Amino acid sequence: MFDLELSAEEKEVIISQVSEILGQHKHNCENLVPMLQEVQQKLGYVPELAMEIIADALGVPAVSVYGIVTFYNQLRLNPPGDHEIKVCMGTACHMIGGQIILDSFERRLEIVEGETTLDRKFSLERVACVGCCAIAPVVVVDDYVDGKVTPTRVDGILLAFENTGKDKKQEQQEEKGEGQE
Amino acid sequence: MSNINQGAEKIYTDLKSKAEEINSAREDKTIVMVGTATCGKAAGAIDVREAFIEEIKHKNINAEVVEVGCIGHCYAEPLIIISKPGFPSLSYGNVDEGLSRRLVEDFLIGDDPCYEFALAALDPNDEFPTFSDFPRGVFEEKVILEQCGLIDPEDIDQYIAVDGYHALVNALGKEPGDVVEMIKESNLRGRGGAGFSTGTKWEICRNAIGPVKYVICNADEGDPGAFMDRSILESNPHQVIEGLMISGYAVGASQGFIYVRSEYPQAVRRINTALKQAREKGLLGENILDTGFDFDIEVFLGSGAFVCGEETALINSMEGKTGMPRHRPPYPAVEGFRGKPSIINNVKTLSYVPHILRKGVDWFKGIGTPDSPGTAVFALVGKVENTGLVEVPMGTTLRTLVFDVGGGIRKEKEFKAVQIGGPSGGCLPESALDIPIDFDSLQEAGAVMGSGGLVVLDENDCMVEIARFFLDFTQKESCGKCTFCRLGTKHMLDILKRITIGQGEMEHIEILGELALDIKNGSLCGLGKTAPNPVLTTLRYFMDEYVEHIEGKRCPALMCQELINFYIVPKKCSKLCSACVGSCPVEAIFTRDDGLKAIDLDKCVKCNSCPAACPPEYDAIIKVSPPEVVEELEKENA
Repeated sequence: MFDLELSAEEKEVIISQVSEILGQHKHNCENLVPMLQEVQQKLGYVPELAMEIIADALGVPAVSVYGIVTFYNQLRLNPPGDHEIKVCMGTACHMIGGQIILDSFERRLEIVEGETTLDRKFSLERVACVGCCAIAPVVVVDDYVDGKVTPTRVDGILLAFENTGKDKKQEQQEEKGEGQE
Repeated sequence: MSNINQGAEKIYTDLKSKAEEINSAREDKTIVMVGTATCGKAAGAIDVREAFIEEIKHKNINAEVVEVGCIGHCYAEPLIIISKPGFPSLSYGNVDEGLSRRLVEDFLIGDDPCYEFALAALDPNDEFPTFSDFPRGVFEEKVILEQCGLIDPEDIDQYIAVDGYHALVNALGKEPGDVVEMIKESNLRGRGGAGFSTGTKWEICRNAIGPVKYVICNADEGDPGAFMDRSILESNPHQVIEGLMISGYAVGASQGFIYVRSEYPQAVRRINTALKQAREKGLLGENILDTGFDFDIEVFLGSGAFVCGEETALINSMEGKTGMPRHRPPYPAVEGFRGKPSIINNVKTLSYVPHILRKGVDWFKGIGTPDSPGTAVFALVGKVENTGLVEVPMGTTLRTLVFDVGGGIRKEKEFKAVQIGGPSGGCLPESALDIPIDFDSLQEAGAVMGSGGLVVLDENDCMVEIARFFLDFTQKESCGKCTFCRLGTKHMLDILKRITIGQGEMEHIEILGELALDIKNGSLCGLGKTAPNPVLTTLRYFMDEYVEHIEGKRCPALMCQELINFYIVPKKCSKLCSACVGSCPVEAIFTRDDGLKAIDLDKCVKCNSCPAACPPEYDAIIKVSPPEVVEELEKENA
């Protein structure tokens, strides 16, 4: 986890987003997980500041909120990269070489699973199973599921981002926006 | 009661005739159905859909493109179905953009159905075989998967047109107690894993005291290797909703929840759409079908903790706590969510309910075995030809499943084992293939039905490695409440890791066995109680592989990376080809002075790219174990 130094502007964004989310829910513990999920959906992660604000609103110690965030795999403590890479580690993927694919990404990006590259361009995660076992091994790159991946395909995926640069990123975001309607 | 039901029946009949009207208006139109469940999308179904839409618009044809779910033949995805008036409805597999354009040109515009690309027809006809003519079709019997991939999950009218929600009308015409009795009599057992009687669970909840009760659909499918719940939710969400509503009516609840994994965004989207449509039709909400029955459903997103599939942990997580299991009793059916009596049923279990109401108890009991009636849904994956979702009657043997339904082992390799039931299950060898599978027989063999993940393993899969893989999973997912589960699985994992890197000792085997028993006895919930199963079954059936790893320091399946090396056989290597050099991601393969290729073992990351790249006519790259064999081979060939 990085030691994040948030700018005043970033803090402002967190405060306004979290207040908006708090406004949409009753302040009881049953809504804690849904609220944290919304924070993550909006900000990409659950910042410490957000946990404090929510704990305050719910009247529980901040450490209880922290306990929830660390218990559930979905919630993350540090910001994701511009592109999120998730390598599936389900049984089928594992038996057909999922670990080798994860190794390839780690080698190429020079980070280990759970980390974000220093330029914050890529983050790498392992997921338990995305339920696409028939086309194992599977990688999910920014919500796009890619099957039957090989180490050379890993190079290809990363190269595609390098070659198209910003345009590709915008394209992906547009696609993502469309997919979430 | 009967007057009320006549009213409901009438409202339903109106709904149905409207749905049928809309449907028949489509009959004289060409319809292209594209399977866009997550599995289809991953295989490229969205590009295929776009290609059809574009071509149809471009050529100005009167045809409609519809997104449907998954028909289960995942090995052939992306899959589409074309219904053109005057032709049998045909499905096509492995469709790409090129084939899409060709089908538009030849079939939609011309009248050539391109039989050479067709997979099967949907209904019997004189021209083309159907899915039931497949070897697999002979053994399959689809109940809860029947409509999956054939109806639009985002159009409630298509579900109503095939009798959807009629079971609800049927149920509302009975006394709630009679509905419970009916499910109890059908002997439906929970498909979430343990196989507890659904009717008994409902009865306990119905008899529990209190005006407020809840019904919850457990859609937190977290077993690696299982995806049937996802597929059902994405392909036919109304079937689950109808089942949940009937359970709500039967036990006296007016609020239901669907607890679904947030890792399944498309399933979540389709459930929400389905709920909205059901409300609009007056099938959900207040005074449903004018019967005075109030019921609504909320979606709760799980946050990715495997243990939350266990019902008491699931309840804790819904209450905003960490998802740790509680002591039972009290059972959730007596004291569950918010301390109120709550029923928790799996997606598949609830999917059977409308069918039982519609077709009767005797029909259901006529399928499967006496103690486990009905069908079993498996996610058949791994080294098998035809991967996908299959639904067979209980009592079908594993051999039939793997060899007849699944089409046998890929690339003509030797069968080694099936891993059944996910991390709580076990690995069964060849000798167990003839067991007729149901809840009880599998338990005797040391495995469990679990949620129905079935991974087929061949000679290239290492059984010690697979045991390590599952232990790694359960150890990471242990919630940490019980000491044995928290520390015992860690200890077991450490031992297994040492064995797979060649540092195992014979006494480790005994320790593994002892730890397994302690973890089983000392854990509160299913996760801990079943965590040692993969280790116990591999020790029971594949002890020789453990011994090879420990004493021979070699991996017979050539899988454990620390115990193998790659080697290019000089005699087989063609000097003219550089496929392996190009495939290597770390530049470990080089050309020797004599033109042959060789591997720099210091650089090699054992990624398996080069044997895959080496043209089959040379097949020059082999794996060897123990790793030192390479030095001997090099001396021999020097």
